[in-house]
Amino acid sequence: MKLNTNGNVYTIVYASVMVIIVALLLAVVSAALKPRQDANVKLDTQKQILASLNLRDLDNAAAEKFYDENIKEVTCDKCQLSWFEANLNGEKKYILPVRGAGLWGPIWGYIAVNNDKQTIYSVFFNHDSETPGLGGEIKNYSVFQQQFEGKPVLGTSGKGILIEKAGNGGDVDCISGATITSKGVESMLISGLAPYVEAGWFDQLEPALDMKTVINENEVENRECDEK
Amino acid sequence: MAKLLSDKTREAFMGPLNANNPVVVQILGICSALAVTVQLKNALVMGVAVTVIVALANVVISALRNTIPGRIRIIVQLVVVAALVTLVSAILKAFLYDVSVALSVYIGLIITNCILMGRLEAYAMSNGPWDSFMDGLGNGLGYTWVLAVIAFVRELLGSGSIFGFQVIPDWCYEHGYVNNGMMMMPAMALILAGCIIWAHRALNDKEDKK
Repeated sequence: MKLNTNGNVYTIVYASVMVIIVALLLAVVSAALKPRQDANVKLDTQKQILASLNLRDLDNAAAEKFYDENIKEVTCDKCQLSWFEANLNGEKKYILPVRGAGLWGPIWGYIAVNNDKQTIYSVFFNHDSETPGLGGEIKNYSVFQQQFEGKPVLGTSGKGILIEKAGNGGDVDCISGATITSKGVESMLISGLAPYVEAGWFDQLEPALDMKTVINENEVENRECDEK
Repeated sequence: MAKLLSDKTREAFMGPLNANNPVVVQILGICSALAVTVQLKNALVMGVAVTVIVALANVVISALRNTIPGRIRIIVQLVVVAALVTLVSAILKAFLYDVSVALSVYIGLIITNCILMGRLEAYAMSNGPWDSFMDGLGNGLGYTWVLAVIAFVRELLGSGSIFGFQVIPDWCYEHGYVNNGMMMMPAMALILAGCIIWAHRALNDKEDKK
């Protein structure tokens, strides 16, 4: 029997059956692989946080082990802030997450702050779709991120870290050819750290911050900080 | 080998590797050749992904070719390609996360790679599954080698490394050697593709004249 493959009914039934089969197949695969994908995303985030402590290029197992042993996430419900606390060779570091906009898409980063809450230990920035070799260099440690080490968290002016052309008096040199991405990092740092400044987070050193309520033994602590 | 594959099958496989190469002769799939050739590793993974998807899509379409309604055949081809691409993307995310981050949107854009639709419409719709499979494999590998050559040059001159390992010694950098930033830009990939096309044409013309 020769099928009439040009009839309307045949065409509509064919399209419907095909779409249902494909949809089922994709749904099953997506559900089956979801846990693995989520685990990968989580591990990738952990590695980015470790990179802000200058623990770069760790392999997966080492990164996971170090993270589990030395880093915990802390949230403060009252002032809607969250940060990470790390134990790096016995010294305490704070890691603040920031997000912002680059030239083509989102950029984000983790700022590791020394125990005194005044100076930057190191930073890690990442991007979604900045131009490789130009704006994409914010991801590069030796070209860009290294400059932030030891700088005051809020910049020498107190307004935030200023990223300017070399010799123009900024805290950090911008990447030549990538002014918009560099400025994006600058405003990301200013707007990202503003809530911490407002909440007085930088003024409270460790013992004073000790009004904590541990909600959950499982790594996450909940603290209150002064509302101003 | 000669008896393993019929002449037609062998032509389907060997043609796209050289004389009928999809990138350098038919100028298809150039967009991704520009985008993912900054590093050799990404280029090869992209090549493998395209090869697998063209070969499988060719087989599926070829097996269905007598049942596909003529009026919606392009849509059917597109659905098959889109489903396969989504599968490959999900598998990469689950098992090769770093690579999937590096290739970001380009895996999804395989759907729009002209090589796929071109092979489905031109070959799979009128040939058997086995020949179509070999045709897909040949086109995928033909695409891969061009990407690999471009990525080799770009990574070597642009980053001084191959597969991420530094090959240009520190001594050269200390004596003033600088990586060529132009190589990181997509425009250089187009120029390199042009050079490959030039060399390829020159070689093949010579063979024709013999």
